[in-house]
Amino acid sequence: MIARRWKDAIARRGMLLMTGLPGLLVVLMLLGLLRKSRAILALKSFAGLLLGSGWHPLKGEFGFLPFIMGTLWVTLVAMVLAVPVSLLTAVYLSEYAPKFVREFTKPVVDLLAGIPSVVFGVWGVLMVVPFVGKGLAPLFGVYSSGYSVLAGGIVLAIMIFPTIIHVALEVFSSVSHELRETSLSLGATRWETVKHVVLRKGIQGIIAAVVLGLSRAFGETMAVLMVVGNVVRLPKSVFDPAYPLPALIANNYGEMMSVPLYDSALMFAALLLLVVVLVFNIGARIVLVRIERKVE
Amino acid sequence: MMAYRRRHIEERIFKFLMMVSTGIVAGSLLVIVGTIVVKSLPALRPAMLFQTPKGGYYLGKEGGILNAIVGSLYLATGATLLAVVLGLPIVLYLNLYLKRSSAFAAITRFSLDVLWGVPSIVYGAFGFIVMMALGLRASLLAGILTVGLLELPIMTRAMDEVIRLVPQALKDASYSLGATKLETALKIVVKQTLPGILTAVLIAFGRGIGDAASVLFTAGFTDSVPTSLSQPAATLPLAIFFQLGTPFPEVRQRAYASAAVLTLIILAISLFSRIVFRKLTKHTIK
Repeated sequence: MIARRWKDAIARRGMLLMTGLPGLLVVLMLLGLLRKSRAILALKSFAGLLLGSGWHPLKGEFGFLPFIMGTLWVTLVAMVLAVPVSLLTAVYLSEYAPKFVREFTKPVVDLLAGIPSVVFGVWGVLMVVPFVGKGLAPLFGVYSSGYSVLAGGIVLAIMIFPTIIHVALEVFSSVSHELRETSLSLGATRWETVKHVVLRKGIQGIIAAVVLGLSRAFGETMAVLMVVGNVVRLPKSVFDPAYPLPALIANNYGEMMSVPLYDSALMFAALLLLVVVLVFNIGARIVLVRIERKVE
Repeated sequence: MMAYRRRHIEERIFKFLMMVSTGIVAGSLLVIVGTIVVKSLPALRPAMLFQTPKGGYYLGKEGGILNAIVGSLYLATGATLLAVVLGLPIVLYLNLYLKRSSAFAAITRFSLDVLWGVPSIVYGAFGFIVMMALGLRASLLAGILTVGLLELPIMTRAMDEVIRLVPQALKDASYSLGATKLETALKIVVKQTLPGILTAVLIAFGRGIGDAASVLFTAGFTDSVPTSLSQPAATLPLAIFFQLGTPFPEVRQRAYASAAVLTLIILAISLFSRIVFRKLTKHTIK
């Protein structure tokens, strides 16, 4: 009897400790990366790092602007492509689709979410890069190797479909059926009901879904790295190559210990990514938790 | 009448756009898997699966990716075990020991959601820092630690979704028979939700085996199969990446074949988890 109580008491304390782990991990990541970036932050100004565009680690020159712009360009292209497609798909699945379409599509979306990013990258090299380089670029009368912002954006867009669709479906299912039925009974068409009731009621949640997709795109590394070209230069069009932040970190982990400040610079890049992603995620999650509470 | 027609034309247009979008989403999976499989066929041979790289493999000579396949399986298995050991107690604590309204529970769930969104390259960088702090070299162990942390939020949130749904009456029935919380947790709640827990484990395993950015810093790469935790380990995603990076067409073709192997492993895991879920849910108390 006493042994059982003791076991329970010990287990309770052990589990309590572990439950603190996730919160602690977020803090530890921030502090760890911050500590490692201190070396470069002590020598360079914050603004100089973010806005400088010269990147010559051997000369001790670290300007992150080309990488930041590379990330922004690729993410923007991905969002422009992914948001309409994902939202229309989510609306179709939640409001229109017959049962068998829904039951077929949902596992497909799950599978798509499970495909490793390297595989997306290989596919991008095989299909998207030639499509952009040999198909689209001549059409617009420009030269492109195909390894470009656009190729990165297309691959990324497909990778974030599942994120946006999942969250949007949850948001749509939180809109009550009575509201929809009221609108339909007043003579509104289905699309009008979607437009004026479902989308309007769920607008905050939809924004959260988009932001979560955005932050996924922001940090995605391998797939983008493989198709984006990795040239340190400010991209001027979507057919130009770019060099996003995650790719910078992944490509240079080998040399970073042999050049002074280089490791600190790369850890600073990781810190930047983490901070941006945290801000996006925290904002989106707060909105989603609120919606969930309202439904309960 | 005109307004009526305009409204219905708009309805039609949007319905059409929606169907096209859904087609794009579903079609992209088909196209990706199809392309990879078709392109891999010329290079996909048994030797690829059962041999380690011989000298000059990356120049197009004999050998296979056994090192990476085994390395990835070791790594993902270790990481998944670590994530279960950390994650299951967290979920049980959240659902049995804390109240629904607990602020601590809310913060923990929130942190897990946020961790889910942290890019794997950041896990890689963080793992690298931890590795240096512990005095480890790039090794199977360092890889397992990093990928384990990466899998933790994925697995924990998936388990939480199912364990949350265990009816309070079932727990109360167990308590009223004199069971402690721990006994209720292990003998009632875990048993009741086993299919969901297994699915969560498999999802996390699939994520772990496919991730490249986090192991880049921490697991290293080698041409031999690791025999201890302190040795570096090759992983499939990195093998694909490195092979694709060479200028030789034969080697690039092997990258496609390796990608097909990885894709098939992932699809098999996913299919398996669906079957497990169907089979096992027959025995739960409704």
